[in-house]
Amino acid sequence: MGEYIVEMKGITKRFPGVLALNNVQLNLRPGLVHSLMGENGAGKSTLMKILAGVYTLDEGQILLNEKPVKMSGPLDGLANGISMIHQELMFIPELSAAENIYLGRELRTKAGLVSKKLMIEATQKIFDRWNINIDPSAQMKTMSVAQAQMVEIAKAIAFNSKIIIMDEPTSAITEREVARLHEMIRDLRKAGTAIVYITHKMDEVFAISDEVTVFRDGTWVATEKASKMDRDKLISLMVGRELNQLFPKVEAEIGEVILEVEGLNRGRLVKDVSFTVRRGEILGFAGLMGSGRSEVLETVFGIYPSESGTIKVKGKEVKIREPHQAISAGLGLLTEDRKKTGIMGVLSVRDNMSVAALDRFSVMGVLRRPMIDRECEDQRQALALKTPSLEQQIQNLSGGNQQKVLLSRWLLTDPDILIIDEPTRGIDVGAKSEIHRLMGELAKQGKAIIMVSSEMPEILGMSDRVVVMCEGHLVGEVSRKEATQEKIMELATRFADEAVA
Amino acid sequence: MSKVTTNTESLPVVASKKFDIGHFARTYMIVGVLILFVAALAILTQGNSIDPRNLVNVIRQVSAIGIIGVGMTFVIITLGIDLSVGSILGLSAVVAASLAQVPGGSLVKFQGVDVPVWVAVFAGLAVGALAGFTNGILIAKFRLAPFIATLGMMSIARGLAYIYTGDGRPFSGLKPEFNALGQGYLIPNAKVPENGLFPLPVVLFIAVALIATFVLSFTKFGRYTYAIGGNEVAARVSGIRIPRVTIIIYTISGVLAALAGVLWAARIGSGNSTLGQGIELDAITAVIVGGTSFKGGIGKIWGTVVGALLIGTINNGLDLLNVSPFLQIVVKGCIIIIAIIIDERKNSKKA
Ligand SMILES: Nc1ncnc2c1ncn2[C@@H]1O[C@H](COP(=O)(O)OP(=O)(O)OP(=O)(O)O)[C@@H](O)[C@H]1O
Ligand SMILES: [Mg+2]
Repeated sequence: MGEYIVEMKGITKRFPGVLALNNVQLNLRPGLVHSLMGENGAGKSTLMKILAGVYTLDEGQILLNEKPVKMSGPLDGLANGISMIHQELMFIPELSAAENIYLGRELRTKAGLVSKKLMIEATQKIFDRWNINIDPSAQMKTMSVAQAQMVEIAKAIAFNSKIIIMDEPTSAITEREVARLHEMIRDLRKAGTAIVYITHKMDEVFAISDEVTVFRDGTWVATEKASKMDRDKLISLMVGRELNQLFPKVEAEIGEVILEVEGLNRGRLVKDVSFTVRRGEILGFAGLMGSGRSEVLETVFGIYPSESGTIKVKGKEVKIREPHQAISAGLGLLTEDRKKTGIMGVLSVRDNMSVAALDRFSVMGVLRRPMIDRECEDQRQALALKTPSLEQQIQNLSGGNQQKVLLSRWLLTDPDILIIDEPTRGIDVGAKSEIHRLMGELAKQGKAIIMVSSEMPEILGMSDRVVVMCEGHLVGEVSRKEATQEKIMELATRFADEAVA
Repeated sequence: MSKVTTNTESLPVVASKKFDIGHFARTYMIVGVLILFVAALAILTQGNSIDPRNLVNVIRQVSAIGIIGVGMTFVIITLGIDLSVGSILGLSAVVAASLAQVPGGSLVKFQGVDVPVWVAVFAGLAVGALAGFTNGILIAKFRLAPFIATLGMMSIARGLAYIYTGDGRPFSGLKPEFNALGQGYLIPNAKVPENGLFPLPVVLFIAVALIATFVLSFTKFGRYTYAIGGNEVAARVSGIRIPRVTIIIYTISGVLAALAGVLWAARIGSGNSTLGQGIELDAITAVIVGGTSFKGGIGKIWGTVVGALLIGTINNGLDLLNVSPFLQIVVKGCIIIIAIIIDERKNSKKA
């Protein structure tokens, strides 16, 4: 057997109006973790979809164990021992976790009938083996993004594939789950699996990878041993220039209280939650996956009706039972789940950007199109959005670029209180520091920002104050000065540890 | 502080304004198909199908499918369906006709009542609005699936039309001013009153299509329609009041069905409780053939207009060719299936 298990040579891929990949290469060795790096829209997902058989290549060649292969569908990829965790979760919401894992490869009884029971048992085994705490018979639609993400991970490793592609597998999960995933990866690596790992989180790259390949604008830039890379070098290869400060905290003057939430209750994940935010302040919401961070803010925003509790904006109590009421009260919410509650896939970038601000963009119901065009164009430039035009359907943008459009959607509504659930999910380093800078600017203008983040450095770097959630309770608050990773983790796991003790 | 901006000019974006022939072909294929059909029929019927009198006839028929299709376009863009339009058409036709009868005849519904023609028209439209509004409430507030809610209304409205006519006999003997709505012209010929320029139903159809185009492309309401079809949850989170928009859309659909009913009754000079049976299928076919996606979020009025012309041409051509009406239904079924397959192909993940 040769040195490489996969060789991709001279790969070119075009989409209407976009040259996504231009004569790129990638070689994978068994038993090594290969990180694929690059800015949003660099072509990482596209290349991996080609390897997994989801897209067909326009030019180039793929060798598996030195033999050329042709793939014309994802099942071909699987048949060749290639599994992929997609960046955009691709499950069927009505089916259970087990059925999704075995989709297209259903387990059958001896009589040849598809057996749910067999699949649930097999899934339970996989979950037990990897310490995943999810009910295999639960419908996917009842799960949080993080749980769904874990199911997708399980799906990829369930079939003893020789090659596993992970396209931003950690974008929706917290440090604990990330650590668990990395344990899994180390096990797989020992077993000789070749792993491609895509992430925008720098520390993960160095924690897990053996080799790194960098792409820029659809072209191959470099492949290096991870031990020969450092953060600065990697970033300059990715963006083509130096980048010094990752969390540029802008000092803003902290003003009067603008939002007061008191005694908020809803179900299991929002229990008697009270907090306040001031003008000019960035309030961080920390906690483990499933601790209720997103649920609290979604309840404040009226996505779910609260069972009890009061919300005051600028000192006045407001009734928020629907998102439009929250928006009128001056709130904005960039939700956690981009696909489910964010993008309108077939609509254009422009429509997606402007949809929440149409009151401002219309006179007596008639659109002010030039104004929309102008402001969307401004956003496109400010966030370095990569799209052939504002006309493009948003579903054709890379994941990070979709996220930028959604951020623009809320910036265009000009809210007093901007809630951002995972502000930089899937966003590259360059744009990330730009978004952080932007958040700082907004705070400086006297807006309040509430940020949920699973990335500890982001929480510590950006927040003026951090509140920590655990199992639906707001368990503590730390100021910027006192905030450390240990302190936050201690609060976040308070109940879990008590239960163990 | 570090200034980070990405150089947008170096993107691998090849001239996007370049003329994309594939896209053009996909967009306007339907127009080509229409021309092909018209030509083929002209040959098969030895020119009968393009006889001016026949054409005017076709276009009058098309206006009913087209007017309903316009409302249906809004509905289907939001991922809904309205099966009740044919029944609403029938109900509105009998209500309007009953109020437009020349007083004194033996078959008059309301003996001794003589209301102005506009009241009759208005009553017809109001019935349609009410039925559509009810659909909207059932879907938006009671969370019924559009298919179920409008299937119920389809049955209810038709039943009411039968009850309203009593013995099932049509209301005829309508006032000439009323009939003029269906039979007249925008610019009548002074010498031959039954001739002229621009038949009124066609003029109204064009007006409805233009207004709808404006609403879909240039108003907030139009954006909301697409947004709901694109992703209803995301639309709600973006502050769109889904129930309100939904109710308005189904009300529009009801009113337009009623308008088609009134025009139809005027055209044939009587109100019959069976009018419009099966027209929902024609209208849905026109919308889908015209490029509106069954998966929501995509659709254009001009496509529906062309779709309606195509369906009207086919209906008429099959009549002229003496194809049995049963076979015609089969043909139309095939067309709708083909249109949906094309839609699937076009809007599934392209790669
Ligand atoms: N189906 C598609 N149709 C048209 N353009 C596409 C399609 N998929 C990807 N593209 C374009 O190809 C380019 C590469 O996209 P890709 O998704 O591979 O980026 P990426 O490196 O994975 O970025 P991210 O970090 O944001 O996920 C982008 O410019 C994107 O807009
Ligand atoms: Mg990607």
